[in-house]
Amino acid sequence: MKKCIEGSEAVASAVANCQPDVVASYPITPQTHIVEYLAWLKNSHRADFEFIQADSEFAAASIVQGAAAAGGRTYTATSAQGLLLMMEVVYATAGLRLPVVMTLANRAVSAPINIWNDQQDAMAMRDAGWMMLFAEDNQAAVDLHIIAYRMAEELRVPAVVNMDGFILTHTVEPVDVPSKNQIRQFLPRYKAAKNTILDVNHPVTLGAFVTPEHYQEFRQELQQDLLAAEGLFIKENKKFKQVFGREYKSVEYYGAKKPEAVIISFGSVVGTIKDTVDELNSTLREPSAFTSVSADKHGDKRERINQGDKQGDRGVGVVNVVMFRPFPKKEIGEVLNGCEKIAIIEKDIAFGSTGGLDLEVKAALYGKSSAEIKSYSMGLGGRDITKEEIRVIFEKMLK
Amino acid sequence: MKIKKEKSYSLIAPGHTACVGCGMIVALTMAVNTLGDKTIVCGATGCSEVTTTKYPASVFRVPYIHSLFENPAPVATGVLAMLKRKKQDDVNVVVHGGDGFFFDIGLALNSGAWTRGDNILYICYDNEAYMNTGAQSSGSTPIGSYTMTTPATSFSTGNLLHKKDLPAIALAHGLPYVATATVGDLSDFREKVKKAAAIKGPRYIQVYSTCAPGWNVEACNAIKVAKLAQETGLYPVFEYVNGRLSSVMKVPNETPRVERFLELQGRFRHLGNNEEGKKIIKRMQKQADENIERFGLR
Ligand SMILES: Cc1ncc(C[n+]2csc(CCOP(=O)(O)OP(=O)(O)O)c2C)c(N)n1
Ligand SMILES: [Mg+2]
Repeated sequence: MKKCIEGSEAVASAVANCQPDVVASYPITPQTHIVEYLAWLKNSHRADFEFIQADSEFAAASIVQGAAAAGGRTYTATSAQGLLLMMEVVYATAGLRLPVVMTLANRAVSAPINIWNDQQDAMAMRDAGWMMLFAEDNQAAVDLHIIAYRMAEELRVPAVVNMDGFILTHTVEPVDVPSKNQIRQFLPRYKAAKNTILDVNHPVTLGAFVTPEHYQEFRQELQQDLLAAEGLFIKENKKFKQVFGREYKSVEYYGAKKPEAVIISFGSVVGTIKDTVDELNSTLREPSAFTSVSADKHGDKRERINQGDKQGDRGVGVVNVVMFRPFPKKEIGEVLNGCEKIAIIEKDIAFGSTGGLDLEVKAALYGKSSAEIKSYSMGLGGRDITKEEIRVIFEKMLK
Repeated sequence: MKIKKEKSYSLIAPGHTACVGCGMIVALTMAVNTLGDKTIVCGATGCSEVTTTKYPASVFRVPYIHSLFENPAPVATGVLAMLKRKKQDDVNVVVHGGDGFFFDIGLALNSGAWTRGDNILYICYDNEAYMNTGAQSSGSTPIGSYTMTTPATSFSTGNLLHKKDLPAIALAHGLPYVATATVGDLSDFREKVKKAAAIKGPRYIQVYSTCAPGWNVEACNAIKVAKLAQETGLYPVFEYVNGRLSSVMKVPNETPRVERFLELQGRFRHLGNNEEGKKIIKRMQKQADENIERFGLR
């Protein structure tokens, strides 16, 4: 049943309904509402978990790490500076193969200090060995957390769900938060495999000192298991649909059947791009408008692609990257197959290079596509990305 | 011949890679065996980790986790939270590591855990420098000591800073048990571990642990030098229960001068070379005398 609630409350309720054992966190805007709500759920006896207000994000991440090492289902949330302070623990959590789940309420990083939304913080952890999912709206944020627990526990790989700070965390919209019982049908009680946790009856050493003889194998294994998340995401979403009636794809496409130009992005801006796509497609499909935009040097090729298509199949589209780690190379290739004009919009920048998503898409398409790819790092520090700007990007591609 | 069941079974298996004359490994072995098999150890990076858990082996026959240099205390907080969920209240949770961890990089995180009142026994193997990385000075390094980052030259007499008073910092957090010990008297250390194990809340034991290569001490003098640290008054051995000084280890009537302690160690050898160094020796003697006064060691 849908309820009109704040994104943070929705995520907190969903996490509580996943019945974690231990929650630890430290305040930082715009993540704070999530953990405040969890604290309230606990103190009003609506949920039962250990709640620990840590002395820093470094401590919070270490606390959930310790609890996960002792066999618990755990949760923490942070943003920007908090994540950067946690970073050493973030890497170790993946290396220790602990299924911690975290929300990253995406925010710009300092300096200069800025509390508003972008995704530079997420990019800082992209190589840490975590699964990384991005929510387009609050329903996705809720659902992806439930899926994240399932996958993290199956693969023993931690998972982070990214949701845009303020734009999602502080926005009230109708969301269906599944109940404990519903979630239980999809996400069984967590039972860590024997000899993988701290247990006085089965003593093991976790986090040994590993020499060059063995180290690489540990890292390879993490890579293999992280890559396995691509297939598992598809499988788990089939089950998810049976229980909840919704499903997610690692790469989602919205727009014309045979798009001439596609924008790839992730997070909440996908919603704005979808609106622009709808508007553009309705104009483009007026016959005169369509011919005028196709009169360029790629015209011939496009004619061939579109031969026999109905006029209504033409237009533009948007690709929403839901799963960023592992990066779904195959799916991206399939979705973009035949599209010659691609632009990437992302709210981050890989300084000295290009954008984080741009790097991934180009690597995924290498040798498979001759498309022209334009890269836009924009909307940093909470600057709105408007429909007008998106329309201009589409128009430039179509010229 | 009937084979008797091994009486000397140790929770620390053979095979560690610590140096000959290492004080830490002796204290660690004694601590874990004193606590027994219902113990979970959360260790910091440093010699106590590197010499014990070289994959695929581990000397720990109790559950052990190493995450990072600075964070075993909050890791232990998480472990405790899970033990509470599992209603296992009979497990000792230990955080251990070196002085670099306790005095410097982990201080804030330990302070957080002390403030939370987490039921953890903290054991600091105090060898007065960052030894695992090759003997650089830490907040625990005493004045005058040669370390690789406080080298003595014709212009310098080694470390110019005073050793941080970590037991006082622990006491300021209201810890119910704070004690020091040395590997020069292991039965005293064992009794303190035993006593601490019976107390609830955060407990801190700082055990003075010889580092033969780092201090440039003959392995055969490893225990002797630790004993002398206590006997001179330079390393006061005491016990605070609920914030009150409850016992001290007295210095001998014929209290050895600090030179007796210094002369066994290469890290202080340069002090005799010039007037500056001799002034530092005087200051150390003064410090020792003040300790004797302050803690009533006579
Ligand atoms: C964040 C971080 N900084 C630095 C190091 C490097 N490092 C590893 S062990 C160590 C020294 C440990 O010193 P101490 O805690 O006194 O223990 P000891 O080895 O002397 O027993 C250092 C500096 C590290 N592992 N992590
Ligand atoms: Mg040390």
